[in-house]
Amino acid sequence: MHVKINGKSEEVQGATILDLLKAKNIDPHMVAVELNSAMLERDRLATTPVKEGDQVEFLFYMGGGR
Amino acid sequence: MEFSDEQVTRYSRHILLPEVGGKGQKKIAKSRILIVGAGGLGSPAAFYLAAAGVGTIGLIDSDAVDLSNLQRQVIHQTTDLGRPKVLSAKEKINALNPDVEVVTYEDRFTSKNALELVAKYDVVIDGVDNFPAKFLINDACFFADKPLVHGGILRFDGRVTTIVPRKSACYRCVFKHPPPPGLVASCQEAGVIGVLAGIIGTIQATEALKLVLGIGRPLTDRMLDFDARRTAFREIRTRKNPHCPLCGEHPTITELFDHEPETCAVNVTSGAS
Repeated sequence: MHVKINGKSEEVQGATILDLLKAKNIDPHMVAVELNSAMLERDRLATTPVKEGDQVEFLFYMGGGR
Repeated sequence: MEFSDEQVTRYSRHILLPEVGGKGQKKIAKSRILIVGAGGLGSPAAFYLAAAGVGTIGLIDSDAVDLSNLQRQVIHQTTDLGRPKVLSAKEKINALNPDVEVVTYEDRFTSKNALELVAKYDVVIDGVDNFPAKFLINDACFFADKPLVHGGILRFDGRVTTIVPRKSACYRCVFKHPPPPGLVASCQEAGVIGVLAGIIGTIQATEALKLVLGIGRPLTDRMLDFDARRTAFREIRTRKNPHCPLCGEHPTITELFDHEPETCAVNVTSGAS
């Protein structure tokens, strides 16, 4: 199935958004997840299915400034 | 308020712009901008806002200039080592443009002083290096109803977004709370390519000026991410989150508070972006 992750089209396997994170070794606490332009609550990552054509953004914290 | 001949010359490249003109330059001259953090992002932002003729620039920072700052904090110089950053910055601003009134606060930005401070300004620029302060600035701007230009830099990546409270997505609409301590590196532990501060800080200054002038399209409901390795910008659409703990439909944050200070240990680095 094809989804867009952070702007890049990718062929992915996995049933849920959490699976996508796991496949990339991303700790869910390190990112905010946006699915099709709406924020996805962290407690819904494991229950939200991935669908063909989904646009997923993994937004990493960026804390510096000084 | 009338400009002197000298001022007309100084700001002539602004005044020539139809979107600015004499009228816009007066708006800039009357504007009050608060820069939280006189460091990497604060340095270029302060310089360009000063050059632009912003009437009042507020600077809050409790730190002194350290040798490791000079790789990117271009408002400070070698001769400033050990001096309070706000004083060092004020001198450079006034040397560049004596028209600017610089108000310095040699203090930490906390829940105790945040609201009172932010309330005195028209626009706030986030130039801090830690999550507790970034969230606090976001909250203070929400409660004081002041537009905020958020910025962040880490390693080779930078991010800017503009927040108009109640109208556009806030920082908590995207990142509800700071990351768990030790999970995400801040620039102190992780390093940062110095010029990134210039790129992101000057975009923040651009946004602040646009807000003051009321021109163009602000960087609201969008996060602009910059990757210096590829020299590529990417825009991520955001929107107000009904579940936002601050500006959502059922807010759980109803007053300012300080998040726990960050610990410096880093267990995991964000290598997946």
